[in-house]
Amino acid sequence: MEEDKKKSRRNFFELGIKFGLLATVGTVAVAKAMDDEDSSGMVELMSTDGNIIQVPASEVHDVAHKQHDDYDPRVGIPDKKFVMVVDLAKCTNQLKCQESCNKNHYITGDNAWLKVYKMQESEKTAPYWMPTLCQHCDKPPCVKVCPVDATFKRQDGIVLIDNERCIGCRFCMAACPYSTRVFNWNEPDQPAAAHEGEYTPDYTGKPSVKGTVDKCDFCPHMIQMGELPHCVSACPNDVYSFGDMYEDAVTNGSGQTFKLSKLLKERAGHRLLEGLGTEPSVFYLPPVNRIGDFEEGMENYTEFQSVKKTEE
Amino acid sequence: MKQYDKLLKDLAPQKFGILGKVWITFLAVIILIALYAYYQQFDKGLVITGMRDYALWGVYISNFVFFVAISLVGSLVTAILRLSGVKWATPLTRISEVIAVAAIMMGGLTIIIDMGRPDRILNIFLHGRLQSPIIWDVLVITTYLFISLLLLYYPLLPDFAILKKHFKNKPKTSKWYGKLSLNWTGSAKQERIYTKSIRTMSVMIIPVAFAIHTVTAWLFATTYRGGWDSTNFGPYFIAGAFVAGAGAVVMLMFILRKTYHLEDYITDMHFDKMGKLLVLLCLVYLYFNINEFLIPAYKSTKEEAAHLHGLFFGEFSLMFWLAIIGGLVVPVLVLVFRKGRKPIPLFIIAIIIVIGAWWKRYIIVTPTLLHPLLPIQGVPESWHGYFPTALEWAITFGTLAAALLIMTILFRYLPIVPIHETAEEKGFLKTEETETL
Ligand code: SF4
Ligand code: SF4
Repeated sequence: MEEDKKKSRRNFFELGIKFGLLATVGTVAVAKAMDDEDSSGMVELMSTDGNIIQVPASEVHDVAHKQHDDYDPRVGIPDKKFVMVVDLAKCTNQLKCQESCNKNHYITGDNAWLKVYKMQESEKTAPYWMPTLCQHCDKPPCVKVCPVDATFKRQDGIVLIDNERCIGCRFCMAACPYSTRVFNWNEPDQPAAAHEGEYTPDYTGKPSVKGTVDKCDFCPHMIQMGELPHCVSACPNDVYSFGDMYEDAVTNGSGQTFKLSKLLKERAGHRLLEGLGTEPSVFYLPPVNRIGDFEEGMENYTEFQSVKKTEE
Repeated sequence: MKQYDKLLKDLAPQKFGILGKVWITFLAVIILIALYAYYQQFDKGLVITGMRDYALWGVYISNFVFFVAISLVGSLVTAILRLSGVKWATPLTRISEVIAVAAIMMGGLTIIIDMGRPDRILNIFLHGRLQSPIIWDVLVITTYLFISLLLLYYPLLPDFAILKKHFKNKPKTSKWYGKLSLNWTGSAKQERIYTKSIRTMSVMIIPVAFAIHTVTAWLFATTYRGGWDSTNFGPYFIAGAFVAGAGAVVMLMFILRKTYHLEDYITDMHFDKMGKLLVLLCLVYLYFNINEFLIPAYKSTKEEAAHLHGLFFGEFSLMFWLAIIGGLVVPVLVLVFRKGRKPIPLFIIAIIIVIGAWWKRYIIVTPTLLHPLLPIQGVPESWHGYFPTALEWAITFGTLAAALLIMTILFRYLPIVPIHETAEEKGFLKTEETETL
């Protein structure tokens, strides 16, 4: 069972590419694929209107690694638009996402890139937990103001920072309405692993550099390997789903794939501070019919800490 | 002839006295301390400041805004007043140009001090993107510095030629002034080019001056944050800048007049006029302040209300009311009376105005950052507030001292009151020139 889960998770991206191609040759089927082919050589696909249809497996070409050769971390993966859905009904502030993010990005500062806010709009309304990360805005104010193109938006929608170019003016931090950017105020005290390999902007935090800005990178280094971002796979409650908007599919940590448009419609999805016109790539599902009590989360809540310091 | 000699003697640059030397040493010590502090910052990173991820800009940026603001006075006195045919301002032109040059130089430097990676400054030219207001700022500030330098230098040409002659018995000094005068002879042709270029530059500097401070305001106004998200910000900054700059000119007028005994040239009339000008400028700035605070307070959106509460009654209220009442209302009340415009009271008011203007910039930058759109959570408690550290203050005072040092040195070698123009206005020049011919 555990194995299975892993397998389908690993495959989510490659399958995506397969069916992405199908769409370009005229088939309406683009989204959800069932792994198991049946004996007649047919595979089941989900069409854009949500129906399950059958297509001969021979029509499905594996092109998964094609574009990886000329992949440019500044340009991104062609014909993709990555999105995330955060299900507030499932968040009980377990903070496994934050732990995993902090660990895998070697975050050593005092401000995590992924934070679970304790939210309450007004005294009379219910409190809830709200995970926040870079919203990878389609109209990113941070990119607009960066004087040197150190912060940039890729074609696949991901907003990244080139910390070999950043001059540390922090204008992007002032411009980001979601307060999601953090600055390396001193020389980051990262483990040796953070310094392995060559630097590329698509693995933020490897390494972090004094005097430059960091933030959530949507884990392009995981996507490249056909895997989900760290937070998505770490969440025990499947709060996060991640996927490609053009395929209209998002996959959660347990490997379940949903039709994005349907999910957003049925669950009345919204985006944060929509009124600002930043057009985030992260969607939120409202905290109704919750799986757990808000109070449960208070156990893990630390108002003044988001990065656990490892004991020496 | 006699009158002209006296004028020359009065206005030619003078060596530093003992007081001057003490002053220079004092400034040098502050600058050295700042250099030490900056070395710490360069080595350890901006962690030595009080800034953190929420208060991501601090006293450096407010100090930068202050410098840019002060520098605007160059365009006010030399350009706006000159072009509108105000004769009385002639003795003040050099003072204001010197302020402009010193302030804009230190403003530019302050921005570099604030950078996390000053070693990558060249990226601005290698990878600059025109859509960033920072690039606009870099462009207009360099242009402004350039025009200001020219506007300081051009009117000096005849003065340098005069000084060359004046220091005949000091060949070295004389030679230097001679070189600097670029062979100024005062011929009709030279005069024509000279008048024309000064006029052209006076016209040119006005839009550039407005641009530098408007763009500086846009660094804030282009964000979504409560307290900055305002369409009023450009004119609001400009109006404030003229107040600060005029205050600075009055301070220098008073000090220079005393130290260099310029009572015959910078007279009580000049103080009186500057006092009146300050009343007007303060009123205009007050008007913009009312716009800037009354309307958001009236609407009281959540972000604005939190921000304004901090200013009006909260942790920043003392600074805020000092800046508004001390720095704007009181000056108007005092300076509307003739007695208030006498040199000493005006000087005191000018000091209050300049200090108030400095703090005003501080409370434009800091409080807004402490009220972001999402709540501040998951960071150390100390990150919820901001106050500059000792090292940060040391660096800030260092930049202020450096600006004063630049001015002091320029005033040591340049005639504080333009000799040529003054002589011309007083009608001394004709005799002198015909005699030497
Ligand atoms: S959330 Fe902030 S950092 Fe991320 S893209 Fe939007 S503006 Fe930029
Ligand atoms: S801090 Fe770096 S990434 Fe941010 S705006 Fe400045 S140069 Fe760009």
